[in-house]
Amino acid sequence: MFQAFFVDPFIMIYDTPLFFVEVLVSGLMAGVMYSLVALGFVIIFKASGVFNLAQGAMVLFAALTFVGLWEMGVNPWLSLILSALVMIGFAFSIERIVLRPLVNQDPIIFFMATLGITYFLDGFGQTIWGGEVRSLDIGIPNEPFMDLADMTGLYINKFDVFSAVVCSFLVVILAGFFTKTKIGRALRAVADDHQAALSVGIPLKTIWTIVWSVAGIVGLAAGILWGSKLGVQFALSLIAFKALPVLILGGFTSIPGAILGGLIIGSGEKIAEVYWGEAMGGAIEDWFAYVVALIFLLFRPQGLFGEKIIERV
Amino acid sequence: MIYREAGQFKTTYKSDQALLPIAQDRFFVMALIAFAYIVIPMVANDYWLNSIFLQFFIFSLAALGLNILTGYAGQLSLGTGGFMACGAFSAFKLATSFPDLHIVFVLFLAGLITAVVGMFFGIPSLRIKGFYLAVATLAAQFFLLWLFNRVPWFTNYSSSGVISPPPIKLFGDYYITGTEATNLTQYFFTLTLVIVLALAARNIIRGHIGRSWMAIRDMDIAAEIIGISPLKAKLSAFAVSSFYCGIAGALWAFLYTGTVEPLAFEINQSFKILFMIIIGGLGSILGSFVGAAFIVVLPIFLNSAPALLGLELSGSLVTHIEFMVFGALIVFFLIVEPHGLARLWGIAKEKLRLWPFPY
Repeated sequence: MFQAFFVDPFIMIYDTPLFFVEVLVSGLMAGVMYSLVALGFVIIFKASGVFNLAQGAMVLFAALTFVGLWEMGVNPWLSLILSALVMIGFAFSIERIVLRPLVNQDPIIFFMATLGITYFLDGFGQTIWGGEVRSLDIGIPNEPFMDLADMTGLYINKFDVFSAVVCSFLVVILAGFFTKTKIGRALRAVADDHQAALSVGIPLKTIWTIVWSVAGIVGLAAGILWGSKLGVQFALSLIAFKALPVLILGGFTSIPGAILGGLIIGSGEKIAEVYWGEAMGGAIEDWFAYVVALIFLLFRPQGLFGEKIIERV
Repeated sequence: MIYREAGQFKTTYKSDQALLPIAQDRFFVMALIAFAYIVIPMVANDYWLNSIFLQFFIFSLAALGLNILTGYAGQLSLGTGGFMACGAFSAFKLATSFPDLHIVFVLFLAGLITAVVGMFFGIPSLRIKGFYLAVATLAAQFFLLWLFNRVPWFTNYSSSGVISPPPIKLFGDYYITGTEATNLTQYFFTLTLVIVLALAARNIIRGHIGRSWMAIRDMDIAAEIIGISPLKAKLSAFAVSSFYCGIAGALWAFLYTGTVEPLAFEINQSFKILFMIIIGGLGSILGSFVGAAFIVVLPIFLNSAPALLGLELSGSLVTHIEFMVFGALIVFFLIVEPHGLARLWGIAKEKLRLWPFPY
């Protein structure tokens, strides 16, 4: 028992360092995908204080719309734009139908409402586009770089690299949007203090629509990437739960936190599964991230970059 | 006119502190209990007894447990399913290891074990609160299910990972679990258990512990200043809540389904129970029951609605539409009455006091 936990894994790491690097890299790439989902949570929580559990359902719905349109014969680029428009329309209706009547309610009521939206979206998407698993091929091969493999013996997947690039691109755009544009500044103002923002004339309702649209578009990107990896199916809706430990690790309100948290969780999870999974009975990926996040929270309740205003009781 | 407490004088402290100080409430509750004990068993068939009432009782116990934690102590938890699984599996281990143990003790001990587990997973609540805590309790959900799935000891090395509780006698020749158990025995047993536990919950909540929970919920710092220990209050809330959830889980495995696998307690179950207390009413015993009834009956109604309307739909489409309508109804109820159905009942009582002369 002792040996399986504390000796063997380290010997394995020492013996095959290249394999360790491979595991680490693939974990980091998976982490990028987690951060992409976590990003959607952060954007909405930052600007409206709503803990949006529907992010996973939004990922599924966006991916389903994209695949559905593409299969109907629409040009892929056009269907990308159309799905983005659908997500924006969705944001408008959410703001109008759900958020506006609930203004001033407790956060838990909003939380439950997003759960209701989750059920609705899951059902709605599958009613329209059907519930079967669809494969999505966006033309990026799911194979390692052969040149690199020949030279160094490292197998690094092209698709993983592609998704990392897409994700960093999105992060840069979002960071620019939040810091450089007028709307971005308004968003941060709302995040700091709703009332003060309202009193200097920032329209709260518009802001909410914008954040939900942005979260929807981030969800679309996440949906396409996850969808081409796993196939577009109901399980996509559940990856939201994978993003939650990332959130507590990084803090609910921090974009860099979401990215870094995703990387830590992704690589930690992979390494734990490969080296310690066997000793613990396998499939520890399900809860490992949560336990890491929990232990982390005990020492640093505000997360990696979270604001320090969380009251410690 | 009907519902009016005028003229009901209280001459002793005891009657002043009664659970139901108003005579009409007392009669109503007694009539309801009598109805549940006498009329329902006479008219209901097996389907109603097993699929609706048993399920309703079990869910209301779980909802009661979660309501204690979330509604009264203010600690948001998403780990209900995990705690129910813990109750189910510990009851299974107890029943198979000690075949002579009476079912009441099995349930009680399973509840106690779950309470300890719940206290353990409640420790983070001392450092964090709100949604951070909710996500932290998800750790309980995923970890416990993984444990019961992966560690064969919990399922007595069953190859499929499914547990089937052994047949247990309630008394005499009456079986409470297994194939020989009749729905009627199970109905009476669960009904009695639910009434006893609901009474206990009501009394805990009006007592010292319950008041400290509510103080912590309303303002933790103020509560601490007046001398309530957050450590004790929060951990006791987790313990009592998990005790109820554990018993509910054990009943689910032993009485309702008969065989159970860890998957039956997955995350959707936790959400379902959270829905019950939100729709029924946070911080209300009545609300737990109303919410449970609503969530139990709604899918059955939705399932049969297309047939009633004369529509022919494929099975998967019906499921998807059910999801959709369920989600939409949740949002609708939240918008119409964010404080839950129990609040509607409260408003109705206020109206009834004045009726028919509102001024």
